[in-house]
Amino acid sequence: MEEFALVFRHLAGDNLPTPEQLKVNLPLWDDWAAGIAAQGKFVTTRRLAFGGKVLKASGVVTDGPFVEVKEQLGGFMIVRAENIDEAITLAHGCPIFDIGGTVEVRPFAATNQAILAMENGE
Amino acid sequence: MVAVISNLFGLQHLDLTEDIVSEAFLQAAESWSIKGMPDNPTAWLYSVAKHLTSHYFKRHKTFSRKIVPALITGQEGPALPQDPDFSDGNIMDSQLKMLFAICNPAIISEAQIGLALRILCGFGIDEIAEAFLTNKETINKRLFRAKEKLRKENVLLEMPRGPEINNRLDNVLHIIYLLFNEGYYSTTKNETLRKDLCVEALHLGVLLTGLETTNLPQTNALIALMCFHASRFRARQGGDSSLILYEDQDKDLWDDELINKGEYFLALSARGPEMTSYHLEARIAWWHCQKNDPPEKWGKILQLYNQLLLINYSPSVALNRTYALFKAKGAKPALIEAMKLKLDNNHFYFTLLGELYKNIGDKNAKACFEKAYALATTHNDKEILMRKISGL
Repeated sequence: MEEFALVFRHLAGDNLPTPEQLKVNLPLWDDWAAGIAAQGKFVTTRRLAFGGKVLKASGVVTDGPFVEVKEQLGGFMIVRAENIDEAITLAHGCPIFDIGGTVEVRPFAATNQAILAMENGE
Repeated sequence: MVAVISNLFGLQHLDLTEDIVSEAFLQAAESWSIKGMPDNPTAWLYSVAKHLTSHYFKRHKTFSRKIVPALITGQEGPALPQDPDFSDGNIMDSQLKMLFAICNPAIISEAQIGLALRILCGFGIDEIAEAFLTNKETINKRLFRAKEKLRKENVLLEMPRGPEINNRLDNVLHIIYLLFNEGYYSTTKNETLRKDLCVEALHLGVLLTGLETTNLPQTNALIALMCFHASRFRARQGGDSSLILYEDQDKDLWDDELINKGEYFLALSARGPEMTSYHLEARIAWWHCQKNDPPEKWGKILQLYNQLLLINYSPSVALNRTYALFKAKGAKPALIEAMKLKLDNNHFYFTLLGELYKNIGDKNAKACFEKAYALATTHNDKEILMRKISGL
């Protein structure tokens, strides 16, 4: 078993989900997540609030790039799966699809320690 | 009594303390059978124990003054020339300290439960062995090793302080929870023993409410949970020592007083933002105590199981959640979720699958019940499955 991140993105700017949409959508998440947990494959999840700030290299802080982009990050979940195909299977039925979003399935990169160990031929 | 006297001797001399208490009971048995029961048996026992304790101290003092200097030993005896204090306040105080000392992560949880039963609940070794479905030697060995460990680790009889108390309380609550489950789900046929285990667990839980630092929302949630479960004790017990399933229970046999107690503690548990697994399980148990089956019941139970799974996975929670899904949304969606569980060595899993197939009129039901029958180990479980198969 390896861990994978499921990264949720939803429409942004003028197309942000409406409060009415969210009222229907949010209760579906526990059901879906519990289905993964029931298989013993759930690790953790967090949902992001819509608002936030963006710090640029120049030191300028703005109210987020959310008007300019088409999609924004909505949250993530970490799951355990045999391989990426199984992780994709787990992502099926994610309620993000009901509000026009996507799920990106990503393996984790090796840690710096693991890379160092590999370079040292351990 | 062991808890109070240990306060003087310390955990290093737990065996000695147990000897003194046994001696007090032995004297009681002898004296009472000849002279009859005294007016206040408890006070009688306490005064004998007090006497035996101070006798030990006197003897030990002579021993340590006159003999020990002549010997060079590493063994130090206790030296606190003081009478044990059997006032109500001190009894509670001592029991709490003992509870925290016993529920020490240094020893395995079965041994923690065993010690709690032996020292705090006064159970006999044979009763503990029966509760754990094992023999006296195993329990004796387990308790001996646990006491050795407490001695070696130099575990002190004192309440942990500050933030430490929270970490330790988690373990104490877990042990009480396991003790309760041992009684509630135990396969031993001895009904009285099983009830005793549940009552003792409840007693230890309530003990924790006596102290501000341990009377926390999660403590109250655990007590509520135990009250709700215990309220169905009478209803789930068939005359022939078989278990009556929830669906078939006579709701008039549910104990309203315990349900009310549970609701009292459930309300207390809601003071604060904590949402522990005890909170969720207590709420699930509360919904199960609703006699008139309100339409939202199973939907609410499903939501609670969903949350419980997200913080605390176990195969049985996964199965219960799937059952709640079946009751709330029907057999078809539940079957899709059930197929994903793949608990291939679990007879409850195949029982649930059989139940779901049966509900949509699928002939796979029989094969599932038969598989469950092959996997089931207890007579009671096999009998229930036999009835299900012949009822198809």
